[in-house]
Amino acid sequence: MKRTITITVNGQSQTNEVEPRLLLVLYLRDVLQLTGTHVGCETSLCGACTVMLNGQAVKSCTVLAVQADGGEILTVEGLEKDGKLHPLQEGFWEEHGLQCGYCTPGMLMASYQLLQRNPNPTETEIRHGLEGNLCRCTGYQHIVKAVQYAAKKGLGAGG
Amino acid sequence: MPIIPKMVGTRIKRREDPRLITGQATYTDDIQLPGMLYMSVLRSIYAHARINSIDTSKAKQIPGVVTVLTAPDIAGQTDAVPTAAEVPGMKRPHHPLLAEGKVRYVGEPVAVVVATSRAVARDALDLIDVDYDPLDAVVDPERAIAADAPLLHEEFGDNIVFRVEHANPAVDQALKDADVVVKLRIFQQRLIPMAMEPRVTVAQWDRAMKHLTVWSATQAPHLVRTQLAEVLHVPEHHVRVIAPEVGGGFGAKLNIYREEILAPYLAMKLGKPIKWTQTRREDFAATIHGRGQVQYVEAAAKKDGTVTAIKAKLLFDLGAYLQFFTPMIPGFTGLLMNGAYKIPALSFEQIAVFTNKMATDAYRGAGRPEAAFIAERVMDAVAAELKLDPVEVRRKNFIPKEAFPYTNPAGLVYDSGDYEAALDKALQKVDYAALRKEQAALRQQGRYLGIGVSSYIEICGLGPSVLLPPKLKAGGWESCTVRVDPSGKVTVLTGISPHGQGQETSFAQMVADELGVSMDDVVVLHGDTALVQYGVGTFGSRGMALGGTSLLMSLNKVKDKARAIASHMMEAPPENLEFGEGKVFLKSDPSKFILFQQVVEAAYGFKAGIPNIEPGLDATSFYEPSNCLFPFGTHIAIVEVDPETGEIQFRRYVAVDDCGNIINPMLVEGQVHGGIAQGLAQALYEEVVYDENGQLLSGSLMDYAVPKAAMIPWMELDNTVTPTPVNPLGVKGVGEAGTIGSTPAVVNAVIDALAPFGIKNIDMPLRPERIWRAIQEAKGGRA
Repeated sequence: MKRTITITVNGQSQTNEVEPRLLLVLYLRDVLQLTGTHVGCETSLCGACTVMLNGQAVKSCTVLAVQADGGEILTVEGLEKDGKLHPLQEGFWEEHGLQCGYCTPGMLMASYQLLQRNPNPTETEIRHGLEGNLCRCTGYQHIVKAVQYAAKKGLGAGG
Repeated sequence: MPIIPKMVGTRIKRREDPRLITGQATYTDDIQLPGMLYMSVLRSIYAHARINSIDTSKAKQIPGVVTVLTAPDIAGQTDAVPTAAEVPGMKRPHHPLLAEGKVRYVGEPVAVVVATSRAVARDALDLIDVDYDPLDAVVDPERAIAADAPLLHEEFGDNIVFRVEHANPAVDQALKDADVVVKLRIFQQRLIPMAMEPRVTVAQWDRAMKHLTVWSATQAPHLVRTQLAEVLHVPEHHVRVIAPEVGGGFGAKLNIYREEILAPYLAMKLGKPIKWTQTRREDFAATIHGRGQVQYVEAAAKKDGTVTAIKAKLLFDLGAYLQFFTPMIPGFTGLLMNGAYKIPALSFEQIAVFTNKMATDAYRGAGRPEAAFIAERVMDAVAAELKLDPVEVRRKNFIPKEAFPYTNPAGLVYDSGDYEAALDKALQKVDYAALRKEQAALRQQGRYLGIGVSSYIEICGLGPSVLLPPKLKAGGWESCTVRVDPSGKVTVLTGISPHGQGQETSFAQMVADELGVSMDDVVVLHGDTALVQYGVGTFGSRGMALGGTSLLMSLNKVKDKARAIASHMMEAPPENLEFGEGKVFLKSDPSKFILFQQVVEAAYGFKAGIPNIEPGLDATSFYEPSNCLFPFGTHIAIVEVDPETGEIQFRRYVAVDDCGNIINPMLVEGQVHGGIAQGLAQALYEEVVYDENGQLLSGSLMDYAVPKAAMIPWMELDNTVTPTPVNPLGVKGVGEAGTIGSTPAVVNAVIDALAPFGIKNIDMPLRPERIWRAIQEAKGGRA
C-alpha cells in the first residue's frame, strides 16, 4: 500500500509514491537516483549511508523514507555550491582522506555534523565523532587531517 | 612555455577524487538498466546437511517473481566454479553454483530468485522451503584431519586437501645441536576482508549479437572475463567485463564467485538485465575469508642468539570448497618463514583440510603475514629465552646488505635489502635505549610498558609467469598502452584495475615527466575489457611495480617513435633528442627544439611522409618480471597494558618501510596507513568465529570488530629507499607491507609488556579478556 511523500532533497522538492517499508537510503539511491549515498551493511554500523535529515546526521539505512516525509535532506551531492567544493570536500582531496571512496560520502556527512557542533575539534574528538563511520582503506589518519583542514578553513555561518 | 615541474616523487593530489568526493562516481550497484531484474540467493542455514527436497512453489507465486531455480534446474548448463590454483596431489571437489544434494557451509547458495524489485526478490526467499537433514559439522582444522571426522566430500574418503612436506635433515640436526629450542603454537585466525562495498554483479545479454556484458566489483576484470567465457560457454570475444568504481577489494574481489556466474547465466536465460547486490551478512558468510592457519613452530638457536633452523607444521583451514586461488595462498608461508634472517635451514609440513566454513583465499598479505609472524615471533621468543635484547638478536641474524641478491633456503631470491638501516632509523625515532630504561622503571611501579619490534620482509609483485598456476590463462606479467591523440593529449590504458590505489594519478605523473606534457593532458583508463588490452589486474602489491613498468615500456616506445619523427623534422640524430616542457629538444643545445605537438601532428597528419615510419603514435607493452619483489622495514609498537582490565593503550606506533623508489609519497603513506590498520586489527580486534555446529557467530558488524577511528593510533611513518634491480623504476610494492609488518609488532609489544608475568604467548586477537586471563593464569589464580 504505497504512500505519497514529499521531501526536500538538496534544496529540491521531491514527491513520490513509496512503500512504507522502503528505506530512506534506497529511496535516495533507487528512486531519486542520487547514488552518492552508499549501503555498506544492514546493521546500522558502517555509516556509509549517513545523510543530514532535518539538521541531524542519520543513518539512512535505518530510517524509512516515509519517516522523512515533509523533511529536508542534505546528501553528499548537495555539499558543492555553485561549482565550489565544500571545505570538507577540499580537505578530503588535499589530505588524501579517501582511497576507494566508498565510505567517503558518509564520512563527509558525519564530519559535516561534527564540525557544525564542534568547529575546532581535537584529534580525539574527531576520532570519537566519527565512530559511526568505518573506513577500511585509509586507517583514518588522513581523514582526521582532512577534517582538521576543513576546521581550519572555518565554515562560516551555515557551513 | 610554462615550466612543467617534475611530477614523479611529489605529493600530487589525486585525479580520482573529484568524482568520489561529490558522490558522482558509479559503483556497480549504482547501475540501472531498462528492464533490469533483481537476483537474490537463498542460503544454507546449516553448516553440513543433506538436502532432501526444496519446494519453490509458494515463492514462485508472489507477484513480481520471475523465476526460482535450484541445482536440478540449471544442471549441465554451465561449468562449475573454477579453481586455477594447483598444488601437487591436491583434491579438487566439484564446486556447484547451487548446492547439489548437500550443503557444506552456512551461507552456501541453495536457490536463486529473480524478481522485479529488490523487495520482492528478498520476500521470495522466505517462502522457499528446504527440507534439510543436518549432519555433524567439523570446524576445527585439527579435528578435520582425524579419520573419524565428519566427511565433507565423501568421494575423497577424508578431509585432507593436500599434504606437502619439505623435509630437511639439517633442521633436525640443528634442533638436536641447539643451545635452546623455542616452541610456539600460533593461531592465525580467519579474518573478514570487509571491503566497504559488498560484492555486486550486473549482467546484460544482447540476444541479437550474442554478447554478454557484466559489470562486477572485481579486482581483475580480464581474468573474470576469461573464466565467465569458459564457464558459461560464450566465446571470449563476446564477453565484456567492466569493473566500475570498486569500493575496496583487499584480495576478496580477486576471484570468481558463484553469484558472479549466476547473474550472467540468468541474464542469458531470461533475456533481461540482472542485478545481484550482496548484503553485508552474505558478505561475511559467503565472501572469502583471510588467513586460517594453525602453526606449530620450533626454532633452534645458539646461545649467542643465532637462529640455526626453523621447523614448522602448518595446518591450513581452507573451508568447504576451493575458490580461485584457495590452495596456493597459504603455501607462501613455509617458503618465507626465515623472514629477513639468514637462517640456513628450514623444513615444513603443510596439511590443508576441508572444514564446514566458507573458503579462504587471498586477503591483504595472503600467506606472507603468516610467514612474517613466525619469523618475528621466533626472534622475540629466542631473545626472551636467552635473556638477550630482541633488537640485538635481530641484528645478529639479519641478512647483511652485501648479501643481495640473496637466495633463501626455499630458493626464493630476495632482490635487494638493507634491513639494518630501516631498523636503525626506527630505533632512533623511538630512542630505544631510553625506552628500555623507562620500561624497567615503570615495572618497579607495577606498570607494564611493552616494546614490540617487527623487522619484516615480504614477497610481492607476483611475478614471473612460471610461478602462476598452469590452469590460469594469464601470467604474472602486466600490460599498458600509451596512446597520443592528434591534439597531443595522452590516454593510458592500463591492465591493472585500481580500486583506491591511485594510479590514475601516479601513472599520469610518470607520463608527464617522460613526455614533457602536462598532467592535465593525460587520462588513465582501466577496468573495461572492451577498452583495455588483456591485463592481469590489481592485487598482490603489483600495481606500480608491474603496471608502472609496462607503462614505462610503452612510454619508451612512444618516445622512440617521436624521436624518429623529430629527428627527421629537425635533421638531428634521435639519440640526441630529449623531451621536456612540451618540447622535443637537442640535449646538446636545448635552445634548438620543436614542440611535441608538432611531432604529434606530423605522426597523424603524415603530410610530410616520413620514411620508414608508420603513421600514428601509440604503443602497447607487456612486462614480464624476472623476479618477485621484497619490500621490508621495521615497525615498532609501544604499548601499555593495564593488568586489571587487560586493555591496551598505544603510546606510539612507528613504521619505517622500504618499498624502493616512490612515485607519489602521499599515496604510499595511504597504503601503509591502511595496511597497518588491518594488521593491527588482526593483532587486537578481529576474528571470524564459527561455533562447533558451524554457525557463523561473527555474522555481522555487530559481532566483528572492524576498527573504528578511535581504535587506530597515530602512525608515524618514515622510509628508507633501497631500489630494486628487478624493474627499471626501482619500485617494490607497498600495498600489503603495512599489514605484514604491523601484526607481529603489536603482538611482540604486548608479550614484551607481560614478560614479568612469564607470559610467552597469547593467541590473536589479543582481546582484553584474553590478556587478563593470561595474567591470572600466570599469577597462578583461576582464569
